[in-house]
Amino acid sequence: MLYAAVAVRSFRRYSTYTAATLAGIFTNSVFGLIYSYAYIELWRAAPHAGGYTTTDAVTYVWLGQSMIMTVAMWSGGTTDDLNERIRTGDVSIDLYRPVPVLWWYYAGDLGRATYHFLTRGLAPSLIGLVLFHIRGPATPAAAVGFAASVFLAVTVSFAIRFLVATTAFWVLDSSGIRLMSAILSMALSGMVLPLNLVPGVAGTIVNALPWASYVQVPIDVYLGRHHGTDLLAALGFQALWAVVLLGLCGWVLERATAKVVVQGG
Amino acid sequence: MSLIDVRDLARTFVVRRRNGALTRSRSEVRAVHDLTFSIGAGEMVGYIGPNGAGKSTTIKMLTGILVPSSGRLRVAELEPSRQRTELARRIGVVFGQRTTLWWDLPLRDSFELLQKIYRVDAARHRRNLEEYVELLDLGDLLDTPVRQLSLGQRMRGDITAALLHDPEILYLDEPTIGLDVISKGRLREFLRTLNAERGTTLMLTTHDLQDIEALCDRVIVIDHGTAVFDGPLGDLHHRGESRRTLVVDLVDEAPPIAVPGAETRKVEGPRQWLTFPAGASAAPIVAAVAASYDVADLSIQEPDIEDVIRQIYAGG
Ligand SMILES: Nc1ncnc2c1ncn2[C@@H]1O[C@H](COP(=O)(O)OP(=O)(O)OP(=O)(O)O)[C@@H](O)[C@H]1O
Ligand SMILES: [Mg+2]
Repeated sequence: MLYAAVAVRSFRRYSTYTAATLAGIFTNSVFGLIYSYAYIELWRAAPHAGGYTTTDAVTYVWLGQSMIMTVAMWSGGTTDDLNERIRTGDVSIDLYRPVPVLWWYYAGDLGRATYHFLTRGLAPSLIGLVLFHIRGPATPAAAVGFAASVFLAVTVSFAIRFLVATTAFWVLDSSGIRLMSAILSMALSGMVLPLNLVPGVAGTIVNALPWASYVQVPIDVYLGRHHGTDLLAALGFQALWAVVLLGLCGWVLERATAKVVVQGG
Repeated sequence: MSLIDVRDLARTFVVRRRNGALTRSRSEVRAVHDLTFSIGAGEMVGYIGPNGAGKSTTIKMLTGILVPSSGRLRVAELEPSRQRTELARRIGVVFGQRTTLWWDLPLRDSFELLQKIYRVDAARHRRNLEEYVELLDLGDLLDTPVRQLSLGQRMRGDITAALLHDPEILYLDEPTIGLDVISKGRLREFLRTLNAERGTTLMLTTHDLQDIEALCDRVIVIDHGTAVFDGPLGDLHHRGESRRTLVVDLVDEAPPIAVPGAETRKVEGPRQWLTFPAGASAAPIVAAVAASYDVADLSIQEPDIEDVIRQIYAGG
């Protein structure tokens, strides 16, 4: 099947950059250490902040580090290729092939995410396990839910990165928009600080935004904070954003194609 | 019924330019206009013209990645921009300046993906791949990532990629750009074989007129967006002011030779260059020169196709 082949090729492609992977794991682990000590102090001062125990909080840190590359929070997904191909005009070749561009890049990004999850995701968490005895998934349901949630996290982040990349169809230099998007993802995903710590209305809002899908939701699922229908609701929240954003991607791509094909780029 | 049918085709681009902080001007570029031609199955057509003439724009419309502003366009009885995906299965495109291969993947992987994209059945894919790998000498390169290939190697890979699904038509937009003489020669040889054995219709744009001389029985010259010549390569010579040159080496230096039917263009010591219309016979001129001067040697230069085309461009 074409998309499986695309995902496999993409997985293999990223696996050739071993040095980058090792350097990345090192960096994630260093940040994991720093955050862990900071969180431990924080939770000593405010026990059960956000409803997390200290072990939960440290687990949150390491899983957060593991999610960074899995969802390609800053960059590094196949959406970077798309951005570059739009900039150089090579995207017209993508448009000309009898394959829908959106699914092509999505399949590639899933292959990439699988590779990054297995390397840059798993490795820091193992270090966290050895050094800080972080928790395993709360229940079997939480483990299965976590897998589904990570998949949806990648999908939502892909859709947002895809939208950001396609701005290159309309603006000459999209690096500013990409930077802004990276900052938003970092702040609003819960990677720096769990979104549950944000008080009041602001907290409700950030928890409802798509970026919460990146880190906050998968980790809460892992920690077993959602049970039964609540677990389904958490996954449904991610799925809803995934569908809405992918729909938006399709619409934007249609406009972009029209622009290239009708206006000539 | 011709395979490619173009009638009164036109394409304008709207260019918006910012002139100052607030003012913007909007101008229209007529990239292609009043373009009419048709190409039959199995033809090899050279599509030439100076920079900015509209060659790439035409190819883009033929492949369906650009919508014409007006006119009629049919390729294999399909309307390219509306039936782009259907058409894509029947045509191959090679853009000399772009690659359809995946930069980070070994050549082999790109070919496998293309098999799946075009849904070529496995046996046919294997047969085609074997043949093109053999003909284009790609055997040792199959496991090399595309980014490590030289330009010539990449081009051979791109051509294979464009042919794996057995297209009826192959468009080549500057396929020999940047290649050395030997690689160009091999590529031309390959394209000739492809056309002879599979009957693939070829349309190529190039700035290398040797490509045309080696491959195409027919040329379409486009200038300022419209065709200024369409016919056999040989006929180009008879057009316009095309002239042959008679180079005369005299025994001694002499004032410029004056004989009827020829013009003396240049004198350098005992050597003189006379030109006469390409359509006229050289015999009376040679005879007239020999009758009145002491001639040591004579030679005739055929008009250079580049000169001919330059004249067409200049006249257009
Ligand atoms: N997307 C576009 N927007 C505006 N103008 C364009 C666009 N594409 C092409 N043009 C203009 O249309 C004209 C024809 O361009 P085209 O690329 O078809 O030329 P070409 O014959 O391929 O030239 P070259 O030999 O340099 O490749 C040029 O004047 C070019 O500037
Ligand atoms: Mg061109």
